[in-house]
Amino acid sequence: MRRVWLMLAVLAATPLWASTSDVYPFDSAAEQERFNNLITELRCPKCQNQNIADSNSPISKDMRDEVYRMMQDGATNEEVTNALVSRFGEFVRYKPRLEQRTWLLWATPVLAVLAGLLVVAGIVLRSRRAAAGSPGLSAEEKARAERILGKDSGSH
Amino acid sequence: MRRVLLFIPVLLAVTLGIVLFAGIGKDPNKLESALIGKPVPEFVLADLHNPEVQLGPEVFRGQVSLLNVWGTWCPACRDEHGDLVWLAEQQGIRIVGLNYKDERELALQWLDRLGDPYQVSLYDPRGELGFDLGVYGAPETYVIDPDGIVRYRHVGVVNEKVWREDLEPVVRKFREDS
Repeated sequence: MRRVWLMLAVLAATPLWASTSDVYPFDSAAEQERFNNLITELRCPKCQNQNIADSNSPISKDMRDEVYRMMQDGATNEEVTNALVSRFGEFVRYKPRLEQRTWLLWATPVLAVLAGLLVVAGIVLRSRRAAAGSPGLSAEEKARAERILGKDSGSH
Repeated sequence: MRRVLLFIPVLLAVTLGIVLFAGIGKDPNKLESALIGKPVPEFVLADLHNPEVQLGPEVFRGQVSLLNVWGTWCPACRDEHGDLVWLAEQQGIRIVGLNYKDERELALQWLDRLGDPYQVSLYDPRGELGFDLGVYGAPETYVIDPDGIVRYRHVGVVNEKVWREDLEPVVRKFREDS
């Protein structure tokens, strides 16, 4: 029983030392959240598929420190991001800025939905027109179909 | 008309193929520096050899230099060191060293033992200039023109091939301009 309690105590203690908030103390929860949002939207230039919140490479730590320092100096989110982009390039943005090079990237979802709607509309229109335009089989065709399907097979 | 429509998938496939083909062989770990065409950031750093001497961006004035970012903790820096010595001694290239996040004692021992290719050595133990330059992994080598403008960055080891194919053409271009 004692062991079980010990294990539970260990489990309960884990989140305390796993949180990063004691490394970067903030006055308010709102600032803390702003910091967390910023570091999840910035990409580590070294590890490439991690944000600087998750990455433990030295460069990510330097970047987190810089974000923290700038926030303590009263910088806005945009100022922080721009400061890092001016050093490391557009690459560090997980949300690329809308510009000549990236408009297609941003527009692709909209374009894809529009293209899909066009295709659906085309199919619907065509099937409707087909339904209205051809009134089924002619009498002659009907007779032939019946013959093939063997309605009068008993006569043979 | 209907037949023309049938070619749309082929066209899409070819376009996609061209886009993807263009990406083959590109190393996604190599990013172009955000500082290309911009001056080297302002800095005040001590000379590695003389702690009381303070150096600034004026060390790049007057002639084309390579700026090599290195540290004794960086195994790839050990790989390229011999080639840097060769560049400095045999090719007469001016190399400025940026000792990055390192300890002065270790750095001096390293240069003693392996040779010192650097005409100027900057000591940046906290990685301040490195951060402003956007250094994300040593070794990195920059070409700086005589006006102190960053012209090129190479991430990774410098060897004879990298020198011939990537760095030398840039160095030559800005040498002729000056």
